[in-house]
Amino acid sequence: MADRTYRAAPADALRVEPLGELTAIFDRRSMQTHLVVSPMPEILDAMGAEACNATGLAARLAAAFDLDATEDAQPILAERLRELAAMGLVERA
Amino acid sequence: MRHSTRIAVGPVQFRIGSDWAEPIAALEHLYAGYPQDDTRPAEATVRLFAARPWRRWLRPSVHIGGDFVVPDALPLPLSMGLLAAEMGMNLQVALGWRRHMLLHASAVAQGGRALIMSGESGSGKSTLAALLGEKEGGGDWRLMGDEFTLIDPAGGDAFAFPRAVSLKNEAIAEVAARVDPSRLGPLLAATPKGDIRHLIPRADAIAAMHEPARPALLLFPRFGGEVAVEPMGEGEAFVRLTEASTNYVALGEAGFAALTRLVRETPAFTISYPDSAAGIALVEQIWAEAAK
Repeated sequence: MADRTYRAAPADALRVEPLGELTAIFDRRSMQTHLVVSPMPEILDAMGAEACNATGLAARLAAAFDLDATEDAQPILAERLRELAAMGLVERA
Repeated sequence: MRHSTRIAVGPVQFRIGSDWAEPIAALEHLYAGYPQDDTRPAEATVRLFAARPWRRWLRPSVHIGGDFVVPDALPLPLSMGLLAAEMGMNLQVALGWRRHMLLHASAVAQGGRALIMSGESGSGKSTLAALLGEKEGGGDWRLMGDEFTLIDPAGGDAFAFPRAVSLKNEAIAEVAARVDPSRLGPLLAATPKGDIRHLIPRADAIAAMHEPARPALLLFPRFGGEVAVEPMGEGEAFVRLTEASTNYVALGEAGFAALTRLVRETPAFTISYPDSAAGIALVEQIWAEAAK
């Protein structure tokens, strides 16, 4: 499957509140509350303002968390990006 | 409406109209000790009206109306007019109130700090609050409400909604044994919710109904089973309380901010208990050990 490119919601659109193991995210545009667990908040953080695909995201997360970038991260992150897109928290760039 | 009255419960001023005198007389008895301010505009209106004009005389049946109407609300027989009025008051507040975040929860307060108990019907939250509010000697609890607790979105304080307590089934005898009979309403037998009898809160609880209290402990009671206590994480408490709030979605970001703050600042536990005495003892023990 093609490695699609996504862009995270603008920083001022979301209010992100960690609540223990869950993170509550309020989307000011849709007025919806989303409850997510790791690695969703980390993915949104790593995406920042720049569009990226799963391969690029794997590299950013590897750098941020001092991990070895591995090939099997890419399909997992592609799936997480599709889920974030379904929630409206990222969109296709 | 041929008959009407005004009732102030906490910050909400109700206007209640009825095609019949009986429900209004029953309400005026239950709320006789509440502060009256007829100059304040009504914020919620409840109407108890005849299904058809002629039904008022033939087969009286009360329908609930108001600013918001649930289309399939059951028509209740006239003898249930008091219950219909209570359901109408709950409905108008649950759907219409925006000044506070509304939690479907009972609450009692002590020393300016609030214990908030959230749970489904049958969890015992109403009975526990009523019994704590009547406790003699040891405790000094003020009943804030048996059904709704209001949270100020800006400051985070809890505000009371001390409507007449709706005692159900076994709780009726349990509370009746401890209070002066003049504080009880008529027995409403075999309603769609079982037997119901209203308890007028203590005069000091009514007098203090505008005083805020700082949330200090959140409990999610479950009636039945062995005594058990489980700490609840912030995330789960958040989810449970969004489900228990009737206006969380309507409040938008203010509701989100109020709720995240509440679960972060307030320790939360689920509790199970086999009977009221064990429940009261457990609640007071957790209050002493864990309340903020």
